[in-house]
Amino acid sequence: MEKEHQEIEQPKAVRCCDLPSNCDANQTGSVEVPATISQDNPDAGELDCGIEDPFPCKGDDAAITSTNGLSEPQGAEGEGAPASALSDGTAGEADGLSKPEGAAADEDDPPENVSDSASTDNTLEDSNEFMVTVLARGGLEDQADGTPSALSEAGGPAQGPAPSHRDEDVTAESWRRHRKHVFVLSEAGKPIYSRYGNEEALSSTMGVMMALVSFVQSGDNTIRSIYSDEHTVVFVQQGPLVLVSVSCSRQSEQQLRSELLYVYRQIVSMLTQASITRIFERKKNYDLRRLLAGSEKILDGLLNLVDSDPSFLLSAVHCLPLASSLRDSLSQILQKAITPNLVFSILIAKNQLLTIVQEKTVIEDARLEPADLHLLLNLIGASSAFQAGEIWTPICLPLFNPDCYFYAYISYLDPPECTVCLLLLSTDKEAFYAVAECKRKIDEGMRTQNALRSIARAQSYSASQVGVSDLRHFMYKPFDVPDNHRQLTQFTSPEMEAPYSSEEERMRLLDLYRYLHSRIHSSSRPLKLIYHVAERETLLAWVTSKFELYTCFSPLVTKASAINAITKLLRWIKKEEDRLFIRNPPKYSTTPNPSKSSRGGKGGSDRQDTTDNGFLSLL
Amino acid sequence: MAERRGKGAGEARSDPRGKSGMLRVKMVLLGSSGVGKSSLALRFSKDDFKDSAPTVGCAYLTQLVCLHDATLRFEIWDTAGQEKYHSVTPLYYRGAQAALIVYDISNRESFMRAQLWLKELEKQYVPGETVVGLVANKSDLSSSRQVSLQEGRSLAENKGLLFMETSAKSGNQVSELLLDIAHRVKLSSREDKGLAEWREADCVDMHREGRPRPLSSCCLTIGL
Repeated sequence: MEKEHQEIEQPKAVRCCDLPSNCDANQTGSVEVPATISQDNPDAGELDCGIEDPFPCKGDDAAITSTNGLSEPQGAEGEGAPASALSDGTAGEADGLSKPEGAAADEDDPPENVSDSASTDNTLEDSNEFMVTVLARGGLEDQADGTPSALSEAGGPAQGPAPSHRDEDVTAESWRRHRKHVFVLSEAGKPIYSRYGNEEALSSTMGVMMALVSFVQSGDNTIRSIYSDEHTVVFVQQGPLVLVSVSCSRQSEQQLRSELLYVYRQIVSMLTQASITRIFERKKNYDLRRLLAGSEKILDGLLNLVDSDPSFLLSAVHCLPLASSLRDSLSQILQKAITPNLVFSILIAKNQLLTIVQEKTVIEDARLEPADLHLLLNLIGASSAFQAGEIWTPICLPLFNPDCYFYAYISYLDPPECTVCLLLLSTDKEAFYAVAECKRKIDEGMRTQNALRSIARAQSYSASQVGVSDLRHFMYKPFDVPDNHRQLTQFTSPEMEAPYSSEEERMRLLDLYRYLHSRIHSSSRPLKLIYHVAERETLLAWVTSKFELYTCFSPLVTKASAINAITKLLRWIKKEEDRLFIRNPPKYSTTPNPSKSSRGGKGGSDRQDTTDNGFLSLL
Repeated sequence: MAERRGKGAGEARSDPRGKSGMLRVKMVLLGSSGVGKSSLALRFSKDDFKDSAPTVGCAYLTQLVCLHDATLRFEIWDTAGQEKYHSVTPLYYRGAQAALIVYDISNRESFMRAQLWLKELEKQYVPGETVVGLVANKSDLSSSRQVSLQEGRSLAENKGLLFMETSAKSGNQVSELLLDIAHRVKLSSREDKGLAEWREADCVDMHREGRPRPLSSCCLTIGL
């Protein structure tokens, strides 16, 4: 298997300099294609060259449900019996693969350590030449020397964010080598944001991107992605904005797309979708940077978080493990401090959720999506300015309602350490003093219960606490916490500890998880269970109707013991459920005439007859 | 004023002085992005300096200022200079007794924008009721100065504004600025009944630092 893999990798020398920019379909079907472009509607345009995965199954993984060539993707196993599924389905193949070092070690690419690197298989080099061709044809010859490098081979290891990457030289090799570039531009081709380097300096590169988008559009189609051997380029269009990710992280197109959507939503959270649309309706070539000035850090922070925090990958919220009695008493403190038009009270520590209390009528109509909460968490994390005082700011929650603002009150409860942050969302922009008074009450409540000290003691846990040998790390996301229907999707995960204590190692593990995630959620061939032997660890991911689980074991684990470990892990999680998750998020009712001082505990959620004008006016 | 109810009530209760002798002053900081509004606010309230990220929305801080015959509780609204927040800025400066328009002496553009802010503000305030100050910040960067002292001063004189060149970084002239404003605000609100009841004893212990809670106020020491 491995040999075959390498042989196919070898004939990289095929040149397609003369590749017409519309990328002939005949050529793309073969191995000798420099770049693969996939589109929304492959039938419609002449750009039909979308064979994304010419080598559909490399077989380095024991991909249980559809091992080589099996066409039914979902078949093989039920949730109950992973062990039998494993032994039945793939015994022969998996045996060879469960050796930790041998078969799995991929010689050509040590830093990745992924034995199967499906995303690299499907293309060959010279994407840059392809780009140059397109550039030339697009009449942008002046770009041909330096700038297309955004799309050219580079593929170094991940780089930490440079201290002043706004000033980076965009023609430098180091710029090209960034693991993941993200660009935002307007439909008129105006640069709006670049993760690295100054947008101004990149305006012609972005012009090229827009040329690609428009070119495909003129054929009544939509460009979705371009694959080269080193890079994946993903395009997302949202209203008048075009977002482009140029990545050599080997993430799936789907993952990159969802990351771009986060970027879009963060922009919407600051400006609202309605106003973005309105602005560009009025003036097509408006420079949106004017409105985003000062917010680059928030977008930078978001992209760093997306790379380093699995919450985004899992679309779930990570809450800080807390004794349920403590969590309940925190919730009660929040429940008692209410004022009309308050809709969410959220307590955050160490960038993780402590508790969230919601207005009753709100939860009945809509719920706070994890993505919206991620944007809020990022906003708080990215703005050290919050530590100075109390903040009152308009903020839009794009999934809740992309066109309207909430007003957010943000303040730290434990200055000067600033680890516990209170976030109160109101629909009334004039409510600052009333909401600030709620904070005063919460302060008081926390003080009387000595809650801050308890929070400070709260910690994430270590995988060793599970008591399963060989288990190094895991991520567990239940789909439906019992009695918690339509609730915030959450996940739990221990601290990353040795050998994942360095930044690089952590990123490497996350990359492995991302890889498993992409296989599990592959749109063409989704898997339910995947046992993956990497060079330095063995991973097992499993998705059922009840949960999604990713586990990482030491490389010496056997398949049988891994299955065993998972059974134990699930039992442990069940036992710890109350501590790991927010089980019953409380609600309150901020009716216009409450006797609010006496209102508290469950009493707060009794009334539901009165509707909240402030909230309704939002909709 | 209805909107002050919550905060005012809460603080007054916890303040041993009681509120009768205290004049509450809403002061708003305006100006383009990066001129140092947040740094000034931090100097005002905590006499500290940190490199800060751009303000999101508006930050609210408080500070007590003791004059020899009155105590003023400044509620400082430090607005974001970014354009996207301009539409909501009136929310913050409405009803302010004091407004500081800040520019950066090393950035000509910010001076031009300060004049726009002034125009904007003129639509809102009633002359004589709002004390408006023009603040030329970053005087520590005088080597790369783009706006001369004279320019700023004559603009302020034309419009009848208080003028001060400050450095939030070094702290130069910052407390003087706040004092100056305090005096003017007090003058412009003579009719305030509370002032007569102000008690001298309150100011005696002003020299020690404020209480540990940063959100509560501490006092400037003033030699008047």
